[in-house]
Amino acid sequence: MTPRLIRPDDDVLDRDDRPVTITVDGTPVTGVAGQSIAGVLLAAARTAWRYGHAGAGRGVFCGIGVCFDCLVTVNGVPDVRACRRRARDGDAVTTQTRLPADGDGDR
Amino acid sequence: MTRVVVIGAGPAGLSAAATALGAGAQVTLIEAAEQPGGQYHRAPVAEFGVARREALQHGWRDFAARRDHVLSHPRCRFLPETTVWALEDPGATPARGGPPLVHVLTGQADGADRRRRVIESDALVLAVGAHDTMLPFPGWELPGVVTAGAAQALVKGERVAIGDRVVVAGTGPFLLPVAAALLGAGSTVRQVLEANRPGRIAAGWGARPWQLAGQAGKLPELAEYAATLARHRVPVLLGRTVVEARGDGRVEEVVTARLRADWSVVPGSERTVAVDAACVGHGFTPQLELPVAAGCALRTEPDGRRFVAVDTDLRTSRPGVYAVGELTGIAGAPAARAEGALAGWLAAGGPDRPAVRALRRQVAAGRRFATRLAAAHPIGPAWPDWLRDDTVVCRCEEVCYGALRAAAGQDPRVSKLGTRAGMGPCQGRICGPTVAALRALGAPPPGSDGLDRPDDGARRASPYHRPIAQPIRLGELAASTAPDVAPPQPVPDKENP
Ligand SMILES: Cc1cc2nc3c(=O)[nH]c(=O)nc-3n(C[C@H](O)[C@H](O)[C@H](O)COP(=O)(O)OP(=O)(O)OC[C@H]3O[C@@H](n4cnc5c(N)ncnc54)[C@H](O)[C@@H]3O)c2cc1C
Ligand code: FES
Repeated sequence: MTPRLIRPDDDVLDRDDRPVTITVDGTPVTGVAGQSIAGVLLAAARTAWRYGHAGAGRGVFCGIGVCFDCLVTVNGVPDVRACRRRARDGDAVTTQTRLPADGDGDR
Repeated sequence: MTRVVVIGAGPAGLSAAATALGAGAQVTLIEAAEQPGGQYHRAPVAEFGVARREALQHGWRDFAARRDHVLSHPRCRFLPETTVWALEDPGATPARGGPPLVHVLTGQADGADRRRRVIESDALVLAVGAHDTMLPFPGWELPGVVTAGAAQALVKGERVAIGDRVVVAGTGPFLLPVAAALLGAGSTVRQVLEANRPGRIAAGWGARPWQLAGQAGKLPELAEYAATLARHRVPVLLGRTVVEARGDGRVEEVVTARLRADWSVVPGSERTVAVDAACVGHGFTPQLELPVAAGCALRTEPDGRRFVAVDTDLRTSRPGVYAVGELTGIAGAPAARAEGALAGWLAAGGPDRPAVRALRRQVAAGRRFATRLAAAHPIGPAWPDWLRDDTVVCRCEEVCYGALRAAAGQDPRVSKLGTRAGMGPCQGRICGPTVAALRALGAPPPGSDGLDRPDDGARRASPYHRPIAQPIRLGELAASTAPDVAPPQPVPDKENP
């Protein structure tokens, strides 16, 4: 069950979490307001949400917007870096694939 | 009134904005993130409801005071969530005159309806920082294998621990804060692996390393991380690294191996360690696309790494353009701050004073620290030893080592088109330097260094030359540019640098 969110009561930063709920391919996923979409997905123990040419999963790699491994579609807009985009309540996230059969991959 | 534009609000850029304001300039500070801080002072955003932001940060109080001073200054305009996607020559002819025009997009990251603006300046300070250098190894594309910086950014900004049982590997002192942060997040750090051997590290830092470290302000911080690791009994092994990651759909174990001084693998020294995440970093690579777009000359270190060429006052070869922080060398936040402070003051036309000369000395000390750091934690030339023909090198296009080797003798452009290495979404940001290094090992074309990079800022093919520095959507490109709103009218005052 990893990765995971640091529990608020264990956190030296003294947090007061407010939930944020997004959907990922239609399934609701709850995170903490202020997290990026990548943060919400990781805290929900998801490590892969994009699929490359050969079908292998990818998720976060660089964490700062450089590698483009974490691309997702947000509210219909493709190629959004999940590590850079703040999650907003109700965001509809769909995962992307670059499988050739898909025809309209992420690029 | 001098108009100074600062790109990047990390330690370097924020400092530059502060002293440029002190020297009486009108300042526009541009930052892609929602808040200043950069990589070093990364913290959860306000929405997170964090009461004690300072708890995990070194020097947070000084940073917060500088941030508040800059953001509330009547002559400062802060543009958060604003990405610089291009720099353009102001005239039709590449005039050697004023600094380039700054093209920005404001709005949600990678959104479809961001606001486009063009900002003019009398002086431009580039402070966009660096990203982790990552050498490929078999399995590095598996989910759960992340850069050391990513693990750090996730803890600091998202309060997420990347795994429960983690190995931290690579080279350089940055591995220590990453391991300490993971411990603080409740992860078990199974091992910290520094690829360089003790002799190399001691020789690199030199006879009295503490003098240097003290100058750059890093020693107490590093000692604290080392104490944290010792308290948690984390084994720190030198001369060993991760040479392979394995797992079904995500990393489940890593193979570590002992390395010789040149980073070739000692046969038979392989061990496996069960993990659910691996954090790997081999130092930092400066983000050179904006400096190259501005026409700034680069310089090459003896080990082949490239940085922006600057004089002792942080001036680049392009008049009116300064480069600071990780762009000029890798020496950590205190050095980045000193560089920003000096460049901001001078960019604003501030007079030479004893305080300015003291800053010049701090900048020089930072430069010496960078040299020792690089000498103590080099990338060993034999690292391709751990690649196999089916090892992915270009992550975006999934180009393997075998394909690159087969194309080694070709012209770089031909091989790029043929293999598609560097043609994916990241545009070679991750694999570019690696592919160039592998090409140099293969068959360097006669009469060139085989890397085809600009020395003089000329617009030749280069892994850093990206006319579009950050992604822009076609609709945004087609939309008209909003007029740039004039910043508030200035009240001249000259404070201390
Ligand atoms: C992921 C990561 C984590 C790190 N964590 C630590 C740490 O915990 N401790 C430590 O000692 N060192 C850390 N470092 C090293 C760190 O880079 C330096 O210590 C220090 O932050 C450098 O300061 P800087 O101002 O030069 O750059 P940075 O701090 O990187 O600041 C650059 C700023 O420019 C902005 N920017 C970049 N491109 C654009 C653009 N096109 N448009 C607008 N804005 C832009 C960025 O968002 C960023 O805020 C980390 C490095 C990385 C890559
Ligand atoms: S993880 Fe690299 S761009 Fe998001």
